Amino acid sequence: MRGATHAKWAACAAAVALAATACGGDSGSGSSGGDSSAVLSSSWGDPQNPLEPANTNEVQGGKVLDMIFRGLKRYDPKTGAAKDMLAEKIDTTDSQNFTVTVKAGWKFSNGEAVTAKSFVDAWNYGAGLKNNQKNAYFFGYIEGYDKVHPESGTQTADTLSGLKVTGDRTFTVKLTQKFSTFPDTLGYPAFAPLPQAFYTDHAGWIKKPVGNGPYTVQSYTKGSKMSLRKWDAYPGTDKAQNGGVDLKVYTDNNTAYTDLMAGNLDLVDDVPAAQLKNVKSDLGSRYLNTPAGIIQTLAFPFYDKDWNTSGAVKVRQGLSMAINRQQITDTIFQKTRTPATDWTSPVLGTKGGFQDGLCGSGCEYNPSEAKKLVKEGGGLPGGQVKITYNADTGSHKEWVDAVCNSINNALGNDKACVGNPVGTFADFRTQITQKKMSGPFRAGWQMDYPLIQNFLQPLYYTNASSNDGHWSNKDFDKLVNQANTETDTTKAIGIFQNAEKVVRDNMAAIPLWYQNGSAGWSDRLSNVALNPFSVPVYNEIKVG
Amino acid sequence: MGRYVVRRLLQMIPVFIGATLLIFLMVNVMGDPIAGLCGERQCDAATAAQLKKEFGLDKPVWQQYLTYMGNVFTGDFGTAFNGQKVTELMATAFPVTIRLTIVAILIEVVIGITLGVVTGLRRGRPVDTSVLLGTLVVISVPTFVTGLLLQLLLGVEWGWIKPSVSTDATFGELIVPGLVLASVSLAYVTRLTRTSIAENRRSDYVRTAVAKGLPRRRVIIRHLLRNSLIPVVTFIGTDIGALMGGAIVTERIFNIHGVGYQLYQGILRQNTQTVVGFVTVLVLVFLVANLLVDLLYAVLDPRIRYA
Repeated sequence: MRGATHAKWAACAAAVALAATACGGDSGSGSSGGDSSAVLSSSWGDPQNPLEPANTNEVQGGKVLDMIFRGLKRYDPKTGAAKDMLAEKIDTTDSQNFTVTVKAGWKFSNGEAVTAKSFVDAWNYGAGLKNNQKNAYFFGYIEGYDKVHPESGTQTADTLSGLKVTGDRTFTVKLTQKFSTFPDTLGYPAFAPLPQAFYTDHAGWIKKPVGNGPYTVQSYTKGSKMSLRKWDAYPGTDKAQNGGVDLKVYTDNNTAYTDLMAGNLDLVDDVPAAQLKNVKSDLGSRYLNTPAGIIQTLAFPFYDKDWNTSGAVKVRQGLSMAINRQQITDTIFQKTRTPATDWTSPVLGTKGGFQDGLCGSGCEYNPSEAKKLVKEGGGLPGGQVKITYNADTGSHKEWVDAVCNSINNALGNDKACVGNPVGTFADFRTQITQKKMSGPFRAGWQMDYPLIQNFLQPLYYTNASSNDGHWSNKDFDKLVNQANTETDTTKAIGIFQNAEKVVRDNMAAIPLWYQNGSAGWSDRLSNVALNPFSVPVYNEIKVG
Repeated sequence: MGRYVVRRLLQMIPVFIGATLLIFLMVNVMGDPIAGLCGERQCDAATAAQLKKEFGLDKPVWQQYLTYMGNVFTGDFGTAFNGQKVTELMATAFPVTIRLTIVAILIEVVIGITLGVVTGLRRGRPVDTSVLLGTLVVISVPTFVTGLLLQLLLGVEWGWIKPSVSTDATFGELIVPGLVLASVSLAYVTRLTRTSIAENRRSDYVRTAVAKGLPRRRVIIRHLLRNSLIPVVTFIGTDIGALMGGAIVTERIFNIHGVGYQLYQGILRQNTQTVVGFVTVLVLVFLVANLLVDLLYAVLDPRIRYA
């Protein structure tokens, strides 16, 4: 009985709270076809790093940056193509020296004008070693990076020598090498402009970031909630179609989903795996499951001589053919993954370099051929492969076990493959960095920008930043260099695809599947879409 | 009494040092925390070195521990990876968890002891049997099942409560999570009280009290309950610490941003400063709660005196 009275109490408290938020949130009129002043609530995760453009490398922080910043370029939410945003034009004759002209009339939400200096200062800050920015390497192609961000010791310069402000709205960029798709990388949040307040009152800015995007930060309680409101004076064409967004941090995406079901939340952008079975009946058409720029692969330790033999190529190909991708994506992932047939992602589009089926028979399930290839390649090193993964996040255990099961069945040996869990992501990364992997390991790649270059160079170029397996191939490196110098984009993409074929022929990594982004929303919302980075396009969402 | 307290406080020092050292070592053997900070890619060497220096991770572990403890005594618990002071995190997390713990303890005390007294006095009757059965069910069903079930029924199906707790985490919102958190302990409190009451009911002083013609209510509350509460108080005292540190499951289910959540995030991101800081405070809570329990004995039973 007591329990019952308590529940009633709670119900009253909840009702009062609901009424209060309803009063606070809805100040405008409710016209049909979307209330442009209504606020929606959305699930969020606590950003791992301080919210600075060059310091944010995960989705949760990136979500906010996408709402409060606009850079020189912006990736089209639908096609992923890089389109001019603040850039009036970016000129080059040699793919190495660029002249950037910033559009007139842009302002930060605190009234300060966005000038060429806003960009140059921000980039210098982002590159500076002493500022601890985790995305500093994005500026690595700009001349003078080695002085501002030396590999060891302290920095000897505060500004990149390759950046020069030549006018109020123009600046030049000089790169250390030819990089034809450089302008297309400028849509990445790390290249966002920053207002003076960022440098003069850094602590205050971190508490309440000020940008130049369609939303402004109204309040920010770290670790629990950020309230963003439409910035009425926003000069861009992609104005917010709603009054604002309240991002609420959830400890668990299951709770977020429950809140959505109870009408307590408007949007979840990560439907928990456990709910995928019910999502259709729960939400009907208010559910979205579209490919994102994420691919999962199995990487190999090429520093281990067992995996670097001449026959190992065949073993890797055999393993790839022993994996029943279709079955695993259907059963384990409920079709929220798509079997991979190349090393990029469908979000690039065929024009951007995605080529369906580039992997060919090497990525098709063929147990008998798999068994034959592994045998021809000299068998599994040590008689067994161990797939290493971190067990703390994602459902890595489930799919690794399934992959192993598939391999064991194909090879007719129930000890051929086992999973090797590592407790935490940090420990997993430590072991990779220290080259301690003895067999294949989980690798995932979420693109920084929708370019084929981004799916290949950081992962397979000799000593590249994310080449965790330390694969090295002269032909591949040569083709990538060649593609980067090619000024004609279509040709450059063609050369990148040739480089990808080198990856295929050597099976440098086994492509597993492309990951989808998912979202579910309440009946208050319409026009919900996910961009190629699997982040909701907040400014286009209509409420009411 | 005073000397006893001082002695107990002094005993806390080695316990405190030992516990923090253990936690420190455990978090440290998990590997390089910086490695997880740059996502799926490797941090560039220079930035990694710089970050290590900033968080003091470039020094040997014993030195890190000494510096850390030195700082803790000046009230500096270091900085979390997201740039927030750990003390700031504590200031937001602890009040929430303390509120949740208070709700849970209140539920335990009020419902648990009442049920215990009722069943203890009516041993073998239908009330007793049904409550015993009830506690058996509560003990055997894991917290996350009770939590998710209540959340689904009260929050989604019937719409009586909001399924998740808001940022403010007011007492009203914490009643259901508190009930879930308290459920298992509640059952234990009921059973402990029941046994204790049933045992003491036949003791001489109760018989005397009844023979003196004292009202039944007075006999039960002043004589029977007071003496029967000693084991219950011990249990509740140790439970305070357990509830604060162990709320992780409940906090996750109801989206409460308390100590459990911060600890979980800290461990996931291998954030030494957060984990050690929070555990240090939890160790202190445990120690103080235990001390209070011991002191309460004297109040409950005058025969127990601390010289």
